[in-house]
Amino acid sequence: MIVAERKTIEEIKQYILPYKNILLTGCGACVTVCFSGGEKEVGILASQLRLLCKKENREINIIEQTVKRQCEKEFTMELENNLKKVDAVICLACGAGSQFIAKYFPTKPVFPGVNTKFLGGTDEPGLWMENCLLCGDCILDKTGGICPIARCSKSLLNGPCGGSQNGKCEIDKDIDCAWQLIYDRMKLLGREQELETIQPIKDWSKSRDGGPRKIVREDLKL
Amino acid sequence: MNQLGMENKNSDLEIIAFCCQYCAYAAADLAGSMKIQYPPEIKIVRIPCTGKIDELYLLKAFESGADGVMVAGCEEGNCHFLEGNIRAKKKVGYTQGLLSEIGIEKERLEMFNLSASQGKKFAQIANEFTERIKKLGEGVK
Repeated sequence: MIVAERKTIEEIKQYILPYKNILLTGCGACVTVCFSGGEKEVGILASQLRLLCKKENREINIIEQTVKRQCEKEFTMELENNLKKVDAVICLACGAGSQFIAKYFPTKPVFPGVNTKFLGGTDEPGLWMENCLLCGDCILDKTGGICPIARCSKSLLNGPCGGSQNGKCEIDKDIDCAWQLIYDRMKLLGREQELETIQPIKDWSKSRDGGPRKIVREDLKL
Repeated sequence: MNQLGMENKNSDLEIIAFCCQYCAYAAADLAGSMKIQYPPEIKIVRIPCTGKIDELYLLKAFESGADGVMVAGCEEGNCHFLEGNIRAKKKVGYTQGLLSEIGIEKERLEMFNLSASQGKKFAQIANEFTERIKKLGEGVK
């Protein structure tokens, strides 16, 4: 899932200063699961902003709406009725969600309420870790299901580097050395010999170096 | 009326006390049975366990005009649902941060722990918390 983190209230406060009627939108997908932009977080932020404005004797009307997925037109369009009633939108969905509002409602100012951080998972309640860098050319088959691109601080293909100490990364002693994890897992699978093969230079054109990416499926087009 | 202490309500302060039905709510009830007065500013909301407390409940209480909010649960280690009070403690701490962010004194929100037999302690907590809120003055109205 996409993991996001709410922006500071100070930042959000600056966005809404010129406006009186705000739509606060949430998304029922990834940001709900990582507790940064679901229905509950929309309620919490709305409550905070109402209290803040009351404290500063400023009038504000906030409408709250959370849709199933903000990265799909049919769900984004559900915001249309409420969007007509407001001057601006604070979006707690990921960057894609904010952009969908900007795309389908071009005359309405939209501001991000979260920083979209990474693609990862919930390691334990309250802890989210990065697992994938969206490089577009998956090599998990060669690395025991552990991604060195996302989880090695240097994205090494033929690791580990000299900074690996007692299974931890030199960047931070709380970060596991991905190549230690890869070696341990490959050994467990009886495949550690495969790590002797030198991996060639990665083709980054399949990643962001190739510009914004798209996938087309003609069979699914209407 | 006199025994309920209503004649002592000398402020417009509103304090919401979210009380666990297994301890603090019973303690408040016991305080009443023992004719121990506690401030009439305190409005009790009975909840099945403080673990049910949610950041949104607490913020909504402030948004609705509460000047102070207390959460009262079982002693640590004695939660009827094992660790509801520990979770509540974390949620109260997190919500204190949310209040600080918007310039509201975090002291307006506090978690207390007590057992069902501590009617006197409930009254004492209620008195001390009310005094604290009186010192802080009105919240966001």
